[in-house]
Amino acid sequence: MHPLARMILHRLALGLLTLFAISLFIFMAIELLPGDLAEEVLGQSATPETVAAFRRDLGLDQPAYVRYLDWLGGIVRGDFGQSLANNRPISDLLAARLGNTLFLAVYAAVISVPLAVGLGLLAALYRGSWFDRGVNIFTLSSISFPEYFVAYILMLFLSIRWGIFPSISDFGSSAGLGEMLYRTFLPALTLVLVVTAHMMRMTRAAIINLLAQPYIEMAWLKGASPLRVILRHALPNALAPIINVVALNLAYLITGVVIVEVVFVYPGLGQLMVDSVAKRDIPVVQASCLIFASIYILLNLGADVLAIATNPRLMYRK
Amino acid sequence: MRLYNGASVPPTAVFGIIVIVLYALIAIFAGQLAPFAETEIVGMEFEPPGGAYLLGTDNLGRDMLSRLIWGARNSIGIALATTGIAFFSGALLGLFAAVVGGWADQILSRLVDMLISIPSLLFALLLLSIFGTSILTLILVIATLEMTRVFRLSRAVAMDVVVMDFVEAARLRGEGMWWLIRREILPNIMAPLVAEFGLRFCFVFLAISALSFLGLGIQPPTADWGSMVRDNAALITFGDITPLLPAAAIALLTVAINFVVDWMLHRTSGLKD
Repeated sequence: MHPLARMILHRLALGLLTLFAISLFIFMAIELLPGDLAEEVLGQSATPETVAAFRRDLGLDQPAYVRYLDWLGGIVRGDFGQSLANNRPISDLLAARLGNTLFLAVYAAVISVPLAVGLGLLAALYRGSWFDRGVNIFTLSSISFPEYFVAYILMLFLSIRWGIFPSISDFGSSAGLGEMLYRTFLPALTLVLVVTAHMMRMTRAAIINLLAQPYIEMAWLKGASPLRVILRHALPNALAPIINVVALNLAYLITGVVIVEVVFVYPGLGQLMVDSVAKRDIPVVQASCLIFASIYILLNLGADVLAIATNPRLMYRK
Repeated sequence: MRLYNGASVPPTAVFGIIVIVLYALIAIFAGQLAPFAETEIVGMEFEPPGGAYLLGTDNLGRDMLSRLIWGARNSIGIALATTGIAFFSGALLGLFAAVVGGWADQILSRLVDMLISIPSLLFALLLLSIFGTSILTLILVIATLEMTRVFRLSRAVAMDVVVMDFVEAARLRGEGMWWLIRREILPNIMAPLVAEFGLRFCFVFLAISALSFLGLGIQPPTADWGSMVRDNAALITFGDITPLLPAAAIALLTVAINFVVDWMLHRTSGLKD
């Protein structure tokens, strides 16, 4: 078998194992409760009969491992169980919103990745200049800002004061792509600002690390132009760390999305999750948590594979 | 600006230190500084700034400035307590894993690997939905999640020290584990740990304020910056910047801490670029 294929299979198995462990954790977290879900959700005023009926409905009278296997088996077949709040199948709730969240995340990623890598390269090239310092202060600040602060500033100026973009990004089901891009521009821009800073700083650091290498000095000494040194000599070797950084931040988008969706009233998975936490609709929270976790693991997996593919030395380590 | 040893301090770090001291003073003397009590209703809802209410009133008619000042004590205090717990337990476990090694290290590390493998906000939401939202659960949940990051760092830096000759010498002398941790390893990894404390505080502070903003963190009527943004968010649609004030207060503090940490990391790493 080709070593790359073997490596991908190996990573895939590892990812599945991690996902399994996480699903176990997500499920078992409830067992940490002093009582059980029924007592916790129904409160102290519930009669013993209602508690018993609730337990029977949810199968809480079964031992934990049976319920876990049931739950996991259902998920594999696309059945996440029912919401406690409105008894609708969770898979219906998730299906509508997952697409929206992915749309927003991809939108933000398409803008931020080239922007971050480009700015990072420039900052590394003109290290110590006013450009570099300015970018450093800007990125350090925007990393430190709470996401909702950035979101509200954008909303205040671009939407309410100047009226360029809508402040509520809920588009109907019939909106075309242009309309969707327009309506979700502000949430996407918020995510871009937050994520670009991280990626840019790490790209800059990765390139600067490389610039200290002897072969880069050699390239300088033979008279190569700065652009050539960066693009031809440094960048190919910095690809692995940069890909890692990009994936890490795309994964970070998943967390950022939760808050941005709430600010802009965007009907995505994040908002569903927050609403469900407030209502203590635990099955829905568990399901969304598992979906977010799988996306996260998948992204990291992709990054690992890409990083190794661009740097074959990593394949034969140890 | 120059320090006693002649090293120059960048202006961003000076700015950071001044801001941090200012916040600390406001938090400590909140009782003396605030014109009104924390939850006292003093006027109508959403009164404009001016007169007795320097920054206007909030959604329930409480003085905005007073709530901001009380919020400094609550928000920073809770974040500090959380970071303290996370740091103490994380560093202790990390050092323990590094010194003892073997099975204990394996078990702790794999457990932490699993907790770290998905974003902490997701775990926080999951745990809060299970345990409900109170300040104590909030502190414990966030501390547990952040503890894993501290564990990783302290284990990693301690690993480098554990293999050194002077630690070996101390072992051969028959010193106990506590001595090894406290007298041989800790002094040598203090610098990265202190910088990490600053970073962790920022993360904890932002995480708690994010949860409060979502209505799942610090609960009313406690004055807290994250929940104050949430309470007054409706004003934004009238072009009013009042709801941004508590958010700006959070942002300013985290920026200041990041500036200082950035400078400390730069100094201890000996980078002179």
